[in-house]
Amino acid sequence: MTGEAREVDVLIVGAGPAGLAAGAELAAATAGRVEILEREQEAGGIPRHCHHGGFGGRLDRSAYAWASAAGSAYARRGTTGPDFARRGVAAAVAAGAALRTGVTVTGWAGPRTVETTGPAGLERITARAVILATGARERPRSARLIPGARPPGVYTTGELQQAVHLYGQRIGTTAVVVGDEPVGHAAVATLRAAGVHVVAMVTDRTAPALRLRSPRVPLLTGATVTGLTGRARLSGVALRHEDGRTTTLRCDTVVLTGDFVPDHELARRGEILLDPGTRGPAYDAAHRTSRPGVFAVGNLLHAVERAGYAAQEGRAVAVPVLHRLAGTEGPAGGGRRLVVDAPLRWIAPNMTGPDGARPPGDRFVLRTWRRLPRPLLVVSQDGRELHRQRLLSTAVPGRPFTLRADWVDHVDPDGTDVRITAL
Amino acid sequence: MTVTLTTAGPLPPLDDAEGTYDVAVVGAGVVGAAVARELARHRLRTALIDASDDIGNATSKANTAILHTGFDAAPGSLEARLVREGRDLLAAYAAETGIPVERVGALLVAWDEDQLAALPGLRDKAERNGYHASRIIGADELRAREPHLGPGALGALDVPDESIICPWTTPLAFATQAVRAGVHLHLNCRVRDVTADADGHTLTTSRGPLRARYLVNAAGLHADEIDRLLGHDVFTVTPRRGQLVVFDKLARPLVGHILLPVPGPAGKGVLVAPTVFGNVLLGPTAEELDDKTATGSTADGIRLLREKGRRIVPGLLDEEVTAVYAGLRAATGQEDYRIQEYPGLRYVAVGGIRSTGLTASMAIGRHVIALLTAVGLDPGEPHDLPPLTMPNLGEAFPRPYRDAALIAGDPAYGTLVCHCEQVTLGEIRDALASTIPPHSPDGLRRRTRARGGRCQGFYCGAAVRALFEEERP
Ligand SMILES: Cc1cc2nc3c(=O)[nH]c(=O)nc-3n(C[C@H](O)[C@H](O)[C@H](O)COP(=O)(O)OP(=O)(O)OC[C@H]3O[C@@H](n4cnc5c(N)ncnc54)[C@H](O)[C@@H]3O)c2cc1C
Ligand SMILES: Cc1cc2nc3c(=O)[nH]c(=O)nc-3n(C[C@H](O)[C@H](O)[C@H](O)COP(=O)(O)OP(=O)(O)OC[C@H]3O[C@@H](n4cnc5c(N)ncnc54)[C@H](O)[C@@H]3O)c2cc1C
Repeated sequence: MTGEAREVDVLIVGAGPAGLAAGAELAAATAGRVEILEREQEAGGIPRHCHHGGFGGRLDRSAYAWASAAGSAYARRGTTGPDFARRGVAAAVAAGAALRTGVTVTGWAGPRTVETTGPAGLERITARAVILATGARERPRSARLIPGARPPGVYTTGELQQAVHLYGQRIGTTAVVVGDEPVGHAAVATLRAAGVHVVAMVTDRTAPALRLRSPRVPLLTGATVTGLTGRARLSGVALRHEDGRTTTLRCDTVVLTGDFVPDHELARRGEILLDPGTRGPAYDAAHRTSRPGVFAVGNLLHAVERAGYAAQEGRAVAVPVLHRLAGTEGPAGGGRRLVVDAPLRWIAPNMTGPDGARPPGDRFVLRTWRRLPRPLLVVSQDGRELHRQRLLSTAVPGRPFTLRADWVDHVDPDGTDVRITAL
Repeated sequence: MTVTLTTAGPLPPLDDAEGTYDVAVVGAGVVGAAVARELARHRLRTALIDASDDIGNATSKANTAILHTGFDAAPGSLEARLVREGRDLLAAYAAETGIPVERVGALLVAWDEDQLAALPGLRDKAERNGYHASRIIGADELRAREPHLGPGALGALDVPDESIICPWTTPLAFATQAVRAGVHLHLNCRVRDVTADADGHTLTTSRGPLRARYLVNAAGLHADEIDRLLGHDVFTVTPRRGQLVVFDKLARPLVGHILLPVPGPAGKGVLVAPTVFGNVLLGPTAEELDDKTATGSTADGIRLLREKGRRIVPGLLDEEVTAVYAGLRAATGQEDYRIQEYPGLRYVAVGGIRSTGLTASMAIGRHVIALLTAVGLDPGEPHDLPPLTMPNLGEAFPRPYRDAALIAGDPAYGTLVCHCEQVTLGEIRDALASTIPPHSPDGLRRRTRARGGRCQGFYCGAAVRALFEEERP
């Protein structure tokens, strides 16, 4: 491969809410040439095809509660996805960031040098700071190891929304939605907009994750998908219920929702350390990854939060990036990893900074695999307890809860990993 | 070059007096396509017909994609000979046409003392099969060459020439070259009945009758049924399902070679192998079934594979799974191919092409021409076919998205549509306009890899379908 070699001050990979917000903030702070690369033909990220409300608006701590499915009217708060995307693009461009769409970052050619492909050719771009904002995707059927036949008619929410809202494609007549998180309700709304009858929503959880309801759609809890049937077209979804009963729901469409995984390919190709819980880059409160000068923001770090939260992280990364550009960044190294014990699933950020930097809102965000009524969270290092805190509510899978960060100063920078346990 | 490719409606009449093909080949899998390509080298009117809407759409699309040396074949069998010959033919053909092949080598890993003790026997068998490059290596060398192998491996038989190949480009190359050289390809054309008379055969198909002087039966899993229509009862095909799990490309650094188990009484066993697309394959299972359509995967199958995989390369299980699929081998109860010519009938049956048919395909093609000649066909002198270059789907060879000159000439090669597999608009456009275009999004995937990656369409599914539908409303 040959290609043009260029240099910029800040290079941002991904023009979703996080990347666009970072670009807007840094360009406005006159950080030099700030360039955002987006592989899709249009910038905006996931919100481009979320034709429902619930984007932006006031940010509450339960960041994930983006959709209150009352009727088909999604959360009256905030705006629609495409609108949110347009605003993000306009803000970045108005601030002076260079936004280039249809350009894919395909790999690394140096610690802060990326290789790109676009219709205008190949490039090698070296930046003083790189921000990864590559987002997240839903796990497809294969990654969830759902057995059975492989007929057409199997979707993730992302593909469904694009098919309906961006391409106006025919979907089918009857559908089953797997998953009852907000994104599942968004899928129900999209299916209805496409004239598809939704037979049921199913979840293997015994209690619904959230008190959300899509009216007229039965919610089957404690039901595991055991297989898909059909040849030329999907004909049904086989389920096993908690009591061992098995049934098959007849349908020609199934949408597999939720179960997000960060799009961490570029991070891994750059040998950036990942957090085993989030599967995104390990990062500290200043959004620094294990590679100096490479920062990460948005759903890449913790699939998946609200768009507004991703944008907030994008704005927050500006300060540490400016420090980097000015040469006033805190010393590298010394960060301790934060590790969680099961049934806790992950914590973010998952490194402490050497300079005691605190996460946004002075809180860490956590997820759990299991329901935990009023858990006691204990933070320790080398057997030494740093903090304990009783949660007043129930922690449920698929929804974030938080841990205060005021113990960070007590972390021994020469000690081992910091453990978080739920009792 | 006039290409005759039909997919619907009554079969077009032939413009010769009798309306008769010289040869009809039933089944456009890798074997039938190889036979048709071989026939295309002669001045013959040949028809290649398949029940499916695409070539290579049955067993040939769902295998482990290994170009075997034949080191472990049953010495002296027809299969052993055709695999050995086929391997050399296909390796040379791949180099000529751009079918991706990587000579990664295989290691037959011994996990216990019994298996270790079996290695010399396997090496001797390889020698009897005319393969002389294999050698036994110890635990240390094994670990140095495969650092991610699970604990407890005692040694291995090193077979340096085992290779991996693209299973989709191979039959497509054969069929493309055949139709460009004048072979008629009729898809969606199921053979329902065959009647023989003194001059040849009349095939009753789902698209009307077709006459041919000579008949080749390469119907894969259904070869026994076609054979019975001709009055034989010599073999029965029982499908032997093989389920496979494909791991993400990020797993590729974990596996350097094709990691084979030492074969035991239960058959060849489960392997871990790289693919030319840069993924890692785990499988296949071996399940005797009676349903020739049972190409689904099962929870038990996946569980078994994950158990075996965890032993072989533990780190593999932490990687994302990109695909789960199953193929059906054509088992006939005999440890060899069932290739048989019938002089009175002007007919050759190509049955029981079990688990090595991709490797042996070109040698089977040559063998079938010899058998057709033996039953009376005069093929005349062979001529060379015009050269062919296939689009490269292999990760070890230059792909369009990295080719500055190509993009400079046409920006469509710099426009990525499928991000996970880095497939460009130019490649999709080319596939849709190719000699044998795809008739489904899956067919497009086998020609370009579009929508075949880790996100399985979360990002590009709708866009790829739009491009496909634009081309064929
Ligand atoms: C179906 C669905 C419904 C949702 N509904 C809501 C809602 O109602 N309200 C709400 O607040 N949130 C909602 N969300 C969540 C919200 O969309 C995300 O939080 C937000 O989009 C995350 O922003 P991001 O910038 O981190 O990632 P993304 O929006 O995913 O953007 C990442 C961008 O990076 C690009 N990219 C990736 N790799 C490369 C590369 N190598 N080179 C160039 N570009 C690259 C991608 O193409 C993409 O455009 C929803 C999410 C989904 C999936
Ligand atoms: C799990 C698995 C792993 C394997 N691994 C390898 C490997 O690593 N290396 C290797 O060399 N080989 C391998 N093989 C074997 C190889 O895939 C097969 O030998 C080969 O694909 C057989 O090709 P075929 O053309 O005979 O059959 P098929 O590909 O099945 O083609 C037969 C065709 O006949 C058509 N047909 C059937 N009935 C009719 C009818 N009545 N009318 C019209 N058309 C009809 C079908 O539609 C089909 O297209 C493997 C096989 C399996 C299942």
